[in-house]
Amino acid sequence: MNQNTREQMNIVVVGHVDHGKSTVIGRLLADTDSLPKGKLDQVKATCERNARPFEYAFLLDALKDEQAQGITIDTARCFFKTKKRDYIIIDAPGHIEFLKNMVSGAARAEAALLVIDAHEGIQENSKRHGYLISMLGIPQLVVLVNKMDLVNYDKSVFDSVTSQYGSFLKNLGVTPISFIPISARNGENLAFRSEKMNWYSGGSVLEHIDGFTKRDEDHLKPFRMPVQDVYKFTAHNDDRRIFAGTIETGQISVGEKVIFLPSGKKSTITSIEGFNQKPKQTIGNGYATGFTLKDELYLKRGEVMCREDERLPYSGTRFKANIFWMGRNPMLLNKKYKLKITAARESVRLVEIVTNIDASDLSSINGKQQIDRHDVAECILETTKPIAFDTIDDIQSLGRFVIVDGYDIAGGGIITSVVETDTSIITDAIKQREINWDTGFVTEKDRSALFGHKSKFIIITGGVNADIVAKALESKLIKSKKAAYYIGPASLKDGLDSDISDDYIDREEIIRRIGELARIMTDAGLLFITALSIADEYDFDVLSKLTRPYEFLHVSLDNNIIKDNNHKRLLSGSHDLEVIIESIVEELQQKEVFTDFSI
Amino acid sequence: MDHLEKLESKSVYILREAYREFKNLCILWSIGKDSTVLLWLARKAFFGHVPIPLVHIDTQYKIPEMIDYRDNLAREWNLNMVYGQNKEALEQKLTFHDGKVDRLTCCKNLKTLALKHTLAGDWPRYRMNHTTGQYEIDTNKEPYTGVIAGVRADEEGSRSKERYFSPRDKENEWDVADQPPELWNQFKTNFAPGTHLRIHPLLDWTELNIWEYIERENIPTVSLYYNQGDGKRYRSLGCWPCTKPVESNSRTVKEIIVELRSGKFSNIAERSGREQDKEDGGGLETLRKDGYM
Repeated sequence: MNQNTREQMNIVVVGHVDHGKSTVIGRLLADTDSLPKGKLDQVKATCERNARPFEYAFLLDALKDEQAQGITIDTARCFFKTKKRDYIIIDAPGHIEFLKNMVSGAARAEAALLVIDAHEGIQENSKRHGYLISMLGIPQLVVLVNKMDLVNYDKSVFDSVTSQYGSFLKNLGVTPISFIPISARNGENLAFRSEKMNWYSGGSVLEHIDGFTKRDEDHLKPFRMPVQDVYKFTAHNDDRRIFAGTIETGQISVGEKVIFLPSGKKSTITSIEGFNQKPKQTIGNGYATGFTLKDELYLKRGEVMCREDERLPYSGTRFKANIFWMGRNPMLLNKKYKLKITAARESVRLVEIVTNIDASDLSSINGKQQIDRHDVAECILETTKPIAFDTIDDIQSLGRFVIVDGYDIAGGGIITSVVETDTSIITDAIKQREINWDTGFVTEKDRSALFGHKSKFIIITGGVNADIVAKALESKLIKSKKAAYYIGPASLKDGLDSDISDDYIDREEIIRRIGELARIMTDAGLLFITALSIADEYDFDVLSKLTRPYEFLHVSLDNNIIKDNNHKRLLSGSHDLEVIIESIVEELQQKEVFTDFSI
Repeated sequence: MDHLEKLESKSVYILREAYREFKNLCILWSIGKDSTVLLWLARKAFFGHVPIPLVHIDTQYKIPEMIDYRDNLAREWNLNMVYGQNKEALEQKLTFHDGKVDRLTCCKNLKTLALKHTLAGDWPRYRMNHTTGQYEIDTNKEPYTGVIAGVRADEEGSRSKERYFSPRDKENEWDVADQPPELWNQFKTNFAPGTHLRIHPLLDWTELNIWEYIERENIPTVSLYYNQGDGKRYRSLGCWPCTKPVESNSRTVKEIIVELRSGKFSNIAERSGREQDKEDGGGLETLRKDGYM
């Protein structure tokens, strides 16, 4: 048989602490002859040395820490194979303390075995794990009712667990493939069917594992490739500009038209790139690849490349999601977190908790206005800038995300629906600001009479010279006796912005503070000028909102455009500083900013 | 996609994620087959380029052929090649071969400490000058905050619990009991100042997968892995005083694959020829917690 075509599958084993997960795996490995030579003897010898009875679970607990405590701390992977295919078995810890490890293990799995102790019955984490299995989107589940030897292989005990847990799963919308009565310690119904439970007519665990199917419908779905990075490596005169990423779903070919979301930028595929591979005309889901495009697009990482002729993902800032929280600190309303979804990173806030669910019994806890560790909540999130996403039911990989609190992944979630809204955190905040603004007795007219001009916020972007143009404009205006003032982000860094970093997550705050400064400076009647090296249309949207009731003028040196909210005009395209300044002043004149014409 | 394509895609994704998120990134290249596959995957990820420096910890006890092979590839593939070593321990002969210390202490001196200080940048790093072909003291003394290593989960117990992105504290220590969650393809990429992350793109690969991929891609490997006629070959490469060749007639990659699939090694652990593992209770975790790869 050609081993390269052998199927591989990840299976996770979950369940409450001490219900026998590691024993199930250890026994499976031993009974299928999957252990490295000498491993069984080595572990047996260690047990003998430490005067403890041998247990199959020790085979997995390779770390000293775990042997001391007798519980699985972290997910361990082991490899085993049957005639049908190769498996990676993931042993997930059952102790609540290690829920994040359980989730990490389970998130990699294509199928799950959930172990319940027949003697002890359904426990808190039997349910919590069942919930997380459904939430993580693991499509196939088999429930193992373990330790049947402790209940004398009694059918009625098995039936009782089956009916109770079956109805719990039903509430989650999960239908397990089957329930199997086993004794992992004695190897009953693991690799071989048990003689001790003749009342059970179903297959062994091993038969069920081989019965799991590969569900791969991703190639039938619309094309999605989150842009992980854009490369231009210049060594050896390489002039390719490559949009790199992993294709989540669908197929695409050279020559096809693509659209990037949320920006909406469009282009056409010129080539499919790769190293040490035959040239390809078509490529599909699963491949980590790269493309060159017909147009030189400036794209941010995290944009999702889609095919123009297919159903597109949502682009928006608000969505409804189910979140499970693993952070030491609870998830709080309106606190800023980092959202990582596909290749995008965006700041996000929890704006509403719809229901807070206790995952161990699925009862909803009403009124709790935070998400505590190990809780699950249905809630509404809002990102600062639009992101591209699908709902979990449409395209799994575009509908799931993690939330980072500080340096750590603290929560995971799935998007259940999009929330259309005309309100946002920023517009609400501005509304409140304007209500509370304490205006003095001097009016806008008084100030323009004093200065001889109206106020304006002027933003220069692009090129390497944005700040030079901004400073030259300030000089020109001051020379003409206008009240102009320039400040750049660098001047704020260690002062006004000293409490924030230049991390992407804080960029939003940097922009907000410039916008608030603009509101103050324009209110003071000034021609307030700043230069930004990178800014996108969402930044301008925020700046424009923050500056209101005053207006701003945007000079883009990259695009040779000068524009405000209503109009845009092409600049001359000249790189001459004098010419650029002249055309900005001209624009200000046309907008009747100057009440006297002495410029 | 076959399983090698899947493994390749996942590893490429992880490498790109690392390159995107870490300013001071390096790849640890032991010259062995795993980290050479890793280097090859970097060429895959970055379309023929390797925009990340390669760091080799030179214990001076590496089999000489390994160093030749390293420098040849570095020149041929235009690699940003850096090595570091524990000069003091070597000068004072605090090595197992010199009989002054036991195997584990020797590993600690020549590998763990050398690695720690080379990564931190407080011991000299030697960088290949491609114009002269010689190594010179590297002017870059910035600590590496992202360290890519070719660790595989199937190698031994402790490695089976590794994350793809695994934090190390200021002392290079690995807190096995408190590892970050990894969900789907989202990893820990934010870290506190002073800490760093180890990145493991090969975690899901097995020894067999490595050889299958070497065959498929035709990746150059050190000849020590092959029987040169004396019925012996190295299955795992380390320092010569502590690594024994195994009895094997495999002369080619193909023959190694057959041997691993169905032959005499299909049930024997790869590192069985590494003496230091045995002294560490078979788990290696004492060494690994301190930063050993």
